[in-house]
Amino acid sequence: MAAVAATSSAIADAALELIEVKYEILPFVIDVEDAMLPGAPILHDDLFTAGVEPKATTASNIAKRVAFKLGDVDAGFAEADVVVEGYYTTQAVHQAYIEPHACVVTVGSDGQSLIYSSSQGHFMVRAYCAKLLGMELSDIRAMPSEIGGGFGGKTVVYLEPIAMALSKQTGRPVKMVMTREDVFRSTGPTSGGTIAVKLGAKKDGTITAATAVLKFQAGAFPGSPVQPGCMTCFAMYDLKNVTITGYDVVSNRPKVAAYRAPGAPISTFATESAMDELALKLGMDPIALREKNAAKDGTKTAYGVTFQNIGYTQTLEAAKNHPHYTAPLGPNQGRGVASGFWFNIGGESTGAVHVNEDGSVSIVTGSPDIGGSRASMAMMAAEVLGIPVEKVRPVIGDTATIGFTHLTGGSRVTFATGMAVTQAAERVRDDLKKRAAMIWEIPVEAVDWKDGEAVPAGANAGGFDPMPLAAIALKAAKTGGPIIAEVSVNAQGAGPGFATHICDVEVDPETGHTTVLRYTAIQDVGRAIHPSYVEGQIQGGAAQGIGWALNEEYIYDKQGKLDNAGFLDYRVPVASDMPMIEAVMIEVPNPRHPFGAKGVGEVPIVPPMAAVANAIRGAIGIRMPHLPMSPPKLRAAMDAKAG
Amino acid sequence: MPDTNFEQPQTPAATPLAMTLHVNGRDHLMALDPRTTLLDALREHLGLTGTKVGCNHGTCGACTVHIDGRRHLACLVLAAAAQRRNIGTIEGLAGPDGALHPMQAAFVAHDALQCGYCTPGQIMSAVACVAEGHTGSDAEIREYMSGNLCRCGAYPNIVAAVREVAANAQQRS
Ligand code: FES
Ligand code: FES
Repeated sequence: MAAVAATSSAIADAALELIEVKYEILPFVIDVEDAMLPGAPILHDDLFTAGVEPKATTASNIAKRVAFKLGDVDAGFAEADVVVEGYYTTQAVHQAYIEPHACVVTVGSDGQSLIYSSSQGHFMVRAYCAKLLGMELSDIRAMPSEIGGGFGGKTVVYLEPIAMALSKQTGRPVKMVMTREDVFRSTGPTSGGTIAVKLGAKKDGTITAATAVLKFQAGAFPGSPVQPGCMTCFAMYDLKNVTITGYDVVSNRPKVAAYRAPGAPISTFATESAMDELALKLGMDPIALREKNAAKDGTKTAYGVTFQNIGYTQTLEAAKNHPHYTAPLGPNQGRGVASGFWFNIGGESTGAVHVNEDGSVSIVTGSPDIGGSRASMAMMAAEVLGIPVEKVRPVIGDTATIGFTHLTGGSRVTFATGMAVTQAAERVRDDLKKRAAMIWEIPVEAVDWKDGEAVPAGANAGGFDPMPLAAIALKAAKTGGPIIAEVSVNAQGAGPGFATHICDVEVDPETGHTTVLRYTAIQDVGRAIHPSYVEGQIQGGAAQGIGWALNEEYIYDKQGKLDNAGFLDYRVPVASDMPMIEAVMIEVPNPRHPFGAKGVGEVPIVPPMAAVANAIRGAIGIRMPHLPMSPPKLRAAMDAKAG
Repeated sequence: MPDTNFEQPQTPAATPLAMTLHVNGRDHLMALDPRTTLLDALREHLGLTGTKVGCNHGTCGACTVHIDGRRHLACLVLAAAAQRRNIGTIEGLAGPDGALHPMQAAFVAHDALQCGYCTPGQIMSAVACVAEGHTGSDAEIREYMSGNLCRCGAYPNIVAAVREVAANAQQRS
């Protein structure tokens, strides 16, 4: 590897021109199925398929096989009255955050280093840099810069270690910024893949067996999200007989990174398209078919978890009763329904609550804010302390000023970091009561906390006037010093997320262009801490899913080179592509969170591709199994049908 | 060589060119490499980092500024060519007392942003969109705001904010 540092980008560009690189062009393979064929060019001669019996002895592009199973699918298919089968493909798509990756670093002569970068986890940045550069974690202070979108794509490092190495050599601060082309070529996309699905059901709609085989592109190195793809694709249903097999496959593409609900949108596009085919074959309403088989509390999933406190059937109920579902459709228009699931996660988080001398409150967490989580943190702390949210200022601490916090991803922050903040606020509240008791010289049990003030618990406690938080803060020095609590948690019990989306489209018979006319996204959100931000997450996920469905893809030329590394040819949805997206929030509280919160940011990207495909099926009577469902593909399919 | 390699080989140093940029009502005398774009002049030389870079190729709208009241992509304008023109950036939109421009206030009221990175460009574009009179319907607003990408998908609330400001402007006139 080579890297150039210069005092201006013009000089750096000129220096790059002087580097002579000779490439030996090796045989390559882009397509995932091709990469799995015997005789395919092997990318790594030390890569052996994991998860197979007997142990693999020859190198393969298949890095890993995973399998999940319940019951007996052969027996299940034997019981079925109808069977549907389908083969679906999706293309690699990029997270396409508008802010390109960038960082500024300095490595001091004593080795003490400072990193400013935009990421979904500065503790992650610190860990990777320390590992790659052989440093101690405590030598690196990683600062969280404001982040201009991540969607999973900023959960790994690209620039920071290189900038650190350059800074170390030059003894000067180093700034590195990616161009948009760099972003497309060298960061992020998520996998494309192929998914073969088979469903069997009784005449009444009861699914007797389901199978899926997933093959996901990992890029040049192993690590596609095929495992979560397998785990999520049938999780909406209570299935007695199911097998899901997944393959993680390397090919000559950029190494994939996480993208919002990694894996689930890809596999669910296939399984929810297949559900639509099953409903058609059974002559059943698609929501009724889903209700018949819906996962409920107590349902055991193929990956082993038994659901509790889930709100899937409630989303179906709301979809059925929504005026959108029965609104009339015009010519060339169709309506599609699809559901989706995402685990949501918890994990390690730290939150600190500081009561300042003037009675204002500062909150510090270790979670970069990618969707408005700071506001939610402030609201939760304000509620515990009984003070207006304007009195609470949330900030994100760097790796030296707040305890370890796992990165922002998996829809974990409002749940896990929210739990840490809530608990810290509770400790502060208890401390404030103690201080009031001390000032009043009464036992702490005789003090209550109401609306931001300490009050005597009852008539016997004494006739004291309420003592507001600010008054107690003023006397902090006399009552034991600063009023501060920092809590670290390893939060468990994140409630899973379910969503059901309804989509109307109109297909132009001349051009094959699909217009999304109306979109309703219904989701169990646990409890919405900041409802309009939750709506924003739902609308944003749906918008990205619509782009994935209709336009977005990595296009390769015959030489195996990426052909559309820019926003001109990689078309993300613009305002005029989007209908109004109505977000409907269902609240089935999560008992494991103090306010009932569940993660909300990821599940909304899971149903859209199938919802759009099912709507197109309704409009033109053709199943579109290959993403993106772009105008040329629709035109070709319509021409073929017309024969 | 891939044909997508549109970075031209550059001469490392060029003689700086003296120029005056009139930004947010103030003159700035600067000496810049003549190849400097308005975007770089604003961000790297004047410290006005409110204007964002998303692509540097005129395809995302994050760098939208006003030149003589019309919207322009600062990454596609040479700083030298913007002399003697009135350049307006997001920093100049609020009143001297700090009171938010109605469009800024509407973006806040409607939560018309998530990560906020596209937001300065959206707001500059939206102000011009209203001034141009392209706000007759939601569809028209969407059409004339389509040069500004928002990957967070805040479009519904952006449209709501523009609609509100346009309606209020109409009432006043
Ligand atoms: S940075 Fe100018 S349009 Fe993208
Ligand atoms: S708010 Fe994030 S890109 Fe628009």
